[in-house]
Amino acid sequence: MPMQKYGYEWIQLAAYIAILLIITKPVGLYLMQVLDARGKTFLDPLLHPVEKGFYWLLGLDPIKEQTWKEYAISLFIFSLIGFVMTYTVLRLQQHMPLNPQGFGPLSTHLAFNTAVSFATNTNWQSYAGESTMSYFSQMVGLAFQNFTSAAAGIALAAALVRGLARHSAKTIGNFWVDMVRIHLYLLIPVCIIYAVFLVSQGTIQNFKTYDTVQVIEQQAGGNHPIRTQIIPQGPVASQEAIKMLGTNGGGFFNANSAHPYENPTPLTNFIQMLSIFLIPSGLTYYLGRMVKNQHHGWTIWATMLALFLCAFLVCWHAEEAGNPRLYALGIQQDTGNMEGKEVRFGVFDSALFATITTDASCGAVNAMHDSFTPLGGLIPLFNIQLGEIVFGGAGSGLYGMLIFVVLTVFIAGLMVGRTPEYLGKKIEAYDVKVSVLFIMVPVFVVLGFSAWAVVSEWGLAGLNNSGPHGFSEILYAFTSGTGNNGSAFAGLNANSPWFDTTLALAMLLGRFFMIVPVLALAGNLVQKKRSESGSGSFPISGIMFASLLSGIILIIGALTFLPALSLGPIVEHMIMLRSNLAY
Amino acid sequence: MIRILKEVRSAVVATIVLIVIVSGVYPVIVWGIAQGLFPFEANGSLINKNGIIIGSRLIAQNFTKIHYFHPRPSSAGTGYDPVSSGGSNFGPLSRTLVDTVRQRVMKYRTENSILPGTEIPADAVTASASGLDPHISLGNARQQAARVARARGLSEEVLLQKIATHLEGRDMGILGEPRVNVVLLNLDMDGNK
Repeated sequence: MPMQKYGYEWIQLAAYIAILLIITKPVGLYLMQVLDARGKTFLDPLLHPVEKGFYWLLGLDPIKEQTWKEYAISLFIFSLIGFVMTYTVLRLQQHMPLNPQGFGPLSTHLAFNTAVSFATNTNWQSYAGESTMSYFSQMVGLAFQNFTSAAAGIALAAALVRGLARHSAKTIGNFWVDMVRIHLYLLIPVCIIYAVFLVSQGTIQNFKTYDTVQVIEQQAGGNHPIRTQIIPQGPVASQEAIKMLGTNGGGFFNANSAHPYENPTPLTNFIQMLSIFLIPSGLTYYLGRMVKNQHHGWTIWATMLALFLCAFLVCWHAEEAGNPRLYALGIQQDTGNMEGKEVRFGVFDSALFATITTDASCGAVNAMHDSFTPLGGLIPLFNIQLGEIVFGGAGSGLYGMLIFVVLTVFIAGLMVGRTPEYLGKKIEAYDVKVSVLFIMVPVFVVLGFSAWAVVSEWGLAGLNNSGPHGFSEILYAFTSGTGNNGSAFAGLNANSPWFDTTLALAMLLGRFFMIVPVLALAGNLVQKKRSESGSGSFPISGIMFASLLSGIILIIGALTFLPALSLGPIVEHMIMLRSNLAY
Repeated sequence: MIRILKEVRSAVVATIVLIVIVSGVYPVIVWGIAQGLFPFEANGSLINKNGIIIGSRLIAQNFTKIHYFHPRPSSAGTGYDPVSSGGSNFGPLSRTLVDTVRQRVMKYRTENSILPGTEIPADAVTASASGLDPHISLGNARQQAARVARARGLSEEVLLQKIATHLEGRDMGILGEPRVNVVLLNLDMDGNK
């Protein structure tokens, strides 16, 4: 393999990591201010009055905090109202404004699936945006959820971190204050700049009717009709910015970030990848600051980076190696597996995007995962199954990772025969129980629903591929739904009453059944006393802890999902290399 | 119960106010700035020829005639249909995929008179992710140059130069892949800049 060809890829990878490293501290410091009800930001002169107006409307004293149960109730009620709102908008789409194409209402099961999908930060898409959703539905029904579900994730992470940082206390913050401040000081300002940048590169932002164009190559002769192409339009840039920053992933168009109007250049692609990890990476610094142990924050960051790199290198290599079935037909091998990829991104940027979008709970795609090589497709699948904790979703990545940290501390404590202790607090039965609950929920939901689907007619009816790849399509769907990721092996036609409903259930369980243990853990930790950690306590920074932590993440993930993966991508890989079979 | 009702009220108020801000004010601000600073891009990078819109710089369209460069195969609808963007989603071992690519390889070889033993650029016979990929690889464009030159009665040299002027390098020198925009190249071939 010529070095020259690979040079650019390695430089880009190094640049990506370097920039991520550089922005982590400033983002973390800014989050410190945003997530503190008394925090000060440079936007205060402009936005503080708006913030105060918000509290006045809500009838709220911003200094008054909530216990974990109150926090949870606020979050659930807010999510429920949002869900009802989105469902209503989608069902009554034809009566709403900004519908130049005159789209009708979504079916009950599709509206239910979509409303759940966006309210849970999943953004699984059983519909194709450009032929289903009016601009009003996109902006009010969907983009609203992109903001609020991301903000709720960040708020939850902050609540858990407060639980760790405080001691002998009762409250973990105020949900409404967190939501208002995250929107005003973080998401909206960043998105405005981000969206304008996207437009400068070619992403569209308008409210006009779809354009009908007369294509360049017309038929010869006089009696042929003029050949036309209908090009969808819409407010894409504003949607795209929050879709990436909020790790939502729901594309304006069916092709998502592969669509030239969503992700027009390699530069926008690079920024999109960076924006997925922006908040999750900053949150690790926020954690370090809050618990006054910056080494711990950076150790978690480094663990995430290591897991990210391992997964990415496998995915890149598999896609670069490509598909021997197609090479046998006499096509060049130097560009790798190009089926379902865009020329401007090529194999490297597609593999990198796929790894990042599934490390986080983003789920945007710039290439079709369904057409990845078996091992290339295994990586996104396994990433989601690990719990999307490698940087992870906005907020959900950090709280998921902290659950694993608690388990690691517990297991390490057992190994050395000491009472496990985390940041000076004893880790006891209750903490371990809720942590294990957090880890068990997706196991049952993913494997249970997948097993049900593959032995049911409704499950098999949706398949686009057969053999092991068909199994992977179903496993990926429930993994993605439960993990609130939203990417897909998109050949699966999941817009049927059964798939829409079971996937919606998987998304609900994967979001709210996991939020409860997180808040319960926060509520239990916050009331504990803190003892000064002496020389006897297990170190929670450094290479030793990072290795233990990643070991436990990988062991739990592998033990749980390896059997299922063996039936899908792994056996498919063997068939690809060792036979000439095609399905 | 009263406390729950108060929470419901807060949730409804917060939902309404946030809709106004994130679904109303925010996209309209972006729209205003975008239309002011980048009207061409914000409206779809549309190409206007004598008052008729003939396509977008960013969206592939189908070219089948021999005097045009051909774009990548498309799985968007019945092909190059922006209303149903997307890829084929065939897995690597899909028989349909293998059969389809085999036919494309044969067609590409015949059309461009490519000698047996010469390999075909991968992007020429595989469907893109969006179905609307406006770009082809440099290798793909060069393989088609001789055919287009013959059809237009030009020398291959001239065509290779045209291709070179349309070659878009990596962004900022390192990002993405070098590529040639088929829509713009074909427009140029027809004498439109």
